[in-house]
Amino acid sequence: MEAILLSRLQFAFTIAFHIIFPSFTIGLASYLAVLEGLWLATKREAFQRLYVFWLKIFALSFGMGVVTGVVMSYEFGTNWSVFSRFVAPVIGPMLAFEVLTAFFLESSFLGVMLWGWKRVGPGLHFTATCLVAIGTLISAVWIIAANSFMQTPAGFALGPDGRLVATSWIAAIFNPSFPERFAHMVLAAYLVTALAVGAASAFILLKNRDQAESRLALRMAIGMFAVIAPLQLLVGDYAGKHIRADQPSKLAAIEAFWDTKARQAFHIVAWPDRKIAGNRFDVSIPKLGSLITAGDANATVTGLKAFAPEDRPPVFIVFWAFRVMVGLGLAMIGLGLWGAWLIFRGGPERSRLFLRAAVLMGPAGFVAVIAGWTVAEVGRQPWVIWRVMRTAAAVSPVGAHQVSASLLGFLVVYAIVFAAGVLYILRLMAQGPAAQALAEPADRAPGSPMGFAPPEP
Amino acid sequence: MNGLDLPLIAVVVIAVAVLLYVLLDGFDLGVGILFPLARSPGDRDLMMTAIAPYWDGNETWLVLGGGGLFALFPGAYAILMPAFYLPLMGMLLALILRGVAFEFRLHGRRRGKRLWTIAFAAGSIGAAFAQGLVLGGFVQGVKVTNGAFAGGPFDWATPYSLLTALGLVAGYALLGATWLMIKTDEGLHGDARRWTGAAVVAVVALLAAVSLATLGVDPRVAARWGLTGGAIDMTHLAPRLAIPALGGVGLALIFVGLRRGSHVLPFAGALVVFLSGYLGLGTSFFPAIVPYDVGFREAANTPGALAFVLIGVVVMLPLILGYTAFVYWLFRGKVASDAGSH
Repeated sequence: MEAILLSRLQFAFTIAFHIIFPSFTIGLASYLAVLEGLWLATKREAFQRLYVFWLKIFALSFGMGVVTGVVMSYEFGTNWSVFSRFVAPVIGPMLAFEVLTAFFLESSFLGVMLWGWKRVGPGLHFTATCLVAIGTLISAVWIIAANSFMQTPAGFALGPDGRLVATSWIAAIFNPSFPERFAHMVLAAYLVTALAVGAASAFILLKNRDQAESRLALRMAIGMFAVIAPLQLLVGDYAGKHIRADQPSKLAAIEAFWDTKARQAFHIVAWPDRKIAGNRFDVSIPKLGSLITAGDANATVTGLKAFAPEDRPPVFIVFWAFRVMVGLGLAMIGLGLWGAWLIFRGGPERSRLFLRAAVLMGPAGFVAVIAGWTVAEVGRQPWVIWRVMRTAAAVSPVGAHQVSASLLGFLVVYAIVFAAGVLYILRLMAQGPAAQALAEPADRAPGSPMGFAPPEP
Repeated sequence: MNGLDLPLIAVVVIAVAVLLYVLLDGFDLGVGILFPLARSPGDRDLMMTAIAPYWDGNETWLVLGGGGLFALFPGAYAILMPAFYLPLMGMLLALILRGVAFEFRLHGRRRGKRLWTIAFAAGSIGAAFAQGLVLGGFVQGVKVTNGAFAGGPFDWATPYSLLTALGLVAGYALLGATWLMIKTDEGLHGDARRWTGAAVVAVVALLAAVSLATLGVDPRVAARWGLTGGAIDMTHLAPRLAIPALGGVGLALIFVGLRRGSHVLPFAGALVVFLSGYLGLGTSFFPAIVPYDVGFREAANTPGALAFVLIGVVVMLPLILGYTAFVYWLFRGKVASDAGSH
């Protein structure tokens, strides 16, 4: 294989693996802040138990997010040095600001959150939790700004030395797709967390329907599905309307539209193939494609044939990744409505079918996030910066053997880390909040390293 | 920002970030390097507790070093990253294994805990060694054509870089051992003292070897230090002699600290030794940012980007240093005596 393909594979693998953890910890940090705030306000012990329980899972996930994130700040240079040099005058400062305004804040106060329980008062501890939560959101602002610049670049010019140069920081950072993509990502993170919390709570309730903390947490999670999932659909639809204007070839790939025409059909399933510049088969609903993408069943929507073959993104991946994301999103809305109805009818824990469904949907948020990012990034191809720089022109002068070696290293190490991390998180989830809190020895502070440790064998 | 020498300010910022990274992550990597020497699982838990609240913040300086180089000197970032592709990837993988070990060790049962204990030690040693290889490859010079890396994948693999790698591992072990002297008492403190003694001997030997070898890596380095063609030019050498003298002061602090039974002085001495080594290497190639052909000015980002980032640095850095200091102050004191209370 060529170095460029290997570098793309490596970047896709390392970033997809990395995004799992920030998606979870952005939501979880906010959830922890809410739990600790409610605990301080109401003094209800259930909130404290939930906080301690989810803090442990947060610590595990955050650690994995940090170490896989360090990789990203070097990989731009190791594998995409031509891109880095070219785009650094615009994106460089955004990444530097992410470190300066978010990473130090998160990493410093995470220490207070985890190990500072008895060294600071409850007010200061709550402040630390809030600062970590705010840090995760600030981090999302900068990274979405940088990525959105690559999707819808603005506020720049081509400099005399062949690099980009920023002409307006406001325009470059708050570029056209930034607002809706930021909202989409944060809502996605909240859904990821809500689904994980819901699944862990439902799992406990399947064994013991009266477990108080899990009943509380399941209701909080259902509230999130019921409100956030429909909101996410609206934000996604709004973003899609902009993609039609800003990145028409991406939209055409998402819907597998080949011909530019009015009254496009909506393809529920299809097998799009770039070789024949068409769909090998599809199951479609007439006119609905134009209605969904343009808000008007009679609207003309651009198809992929309007672009030269070398300017078309890989259609199959984008089409199906989008359907996975939206399909799961609709399932989340369904779960939210079902759960809300059950709460109204006297308690979701009484329906074992619902509890099983909630467990089954636990990983759905993660899958949807990876699918969504696949749509965004693969749909942008063949450009690394939309209509400014091609991916093929961005790669470092490193040989295929070196990239093969590092890719193999990432596959092996990430497999080990993922297996162990998932094992430890699932083990905690299976024990549940009550078991955790009661097993805590009185002389060990919750959140302390020794508080986590099993007794020495 | 008119009238300010932005590239010069930026190079100071990068230099300070890298120095702070080396000093801070140095001590927690060092504790990992010393992990195999611990007498008991209990001692290893204490060693972990002595760095657990800090390691994440410390490693963030590495992200600032990488991200900062990207933002401030993309010309250097785009050359150095491909040039040191393999050792950098090795460093990142090693840092992943040791980074997750902080949490995973607490959740693993018997076999899992042993696995992550090994991963923490091996990852710390591996990351330090890989950083030393990058350092050696960097000081020896990078082949550049038209602003891009033009060398081979193993240009960094030389006896000199092996020497710097060993030197850095020993140096981090010294920082780790002296840090443990501050944070522990009783049995583990005695061990840390002995480790400090052994590490300081290794550091003196390797630092001397690296210093002499550095004079040989490029004639321009020897000329910097006033050593050309067998003659000694005191106008170049004399001012630079302050740097090895500073190293001597650091070593003296360590020795005096050990003799007097001080818990804090050896760590302070180790910091001074590192500072001297850092300045010694820096003065050998500055103002090059990619030795020896690319100066920091030609590698700098556009004036607009530099100004924007530096405004952020001026606003944020005091805050960052402030709450970093707060965290160190909050977790002050011995870990042995109050392991149960935090």
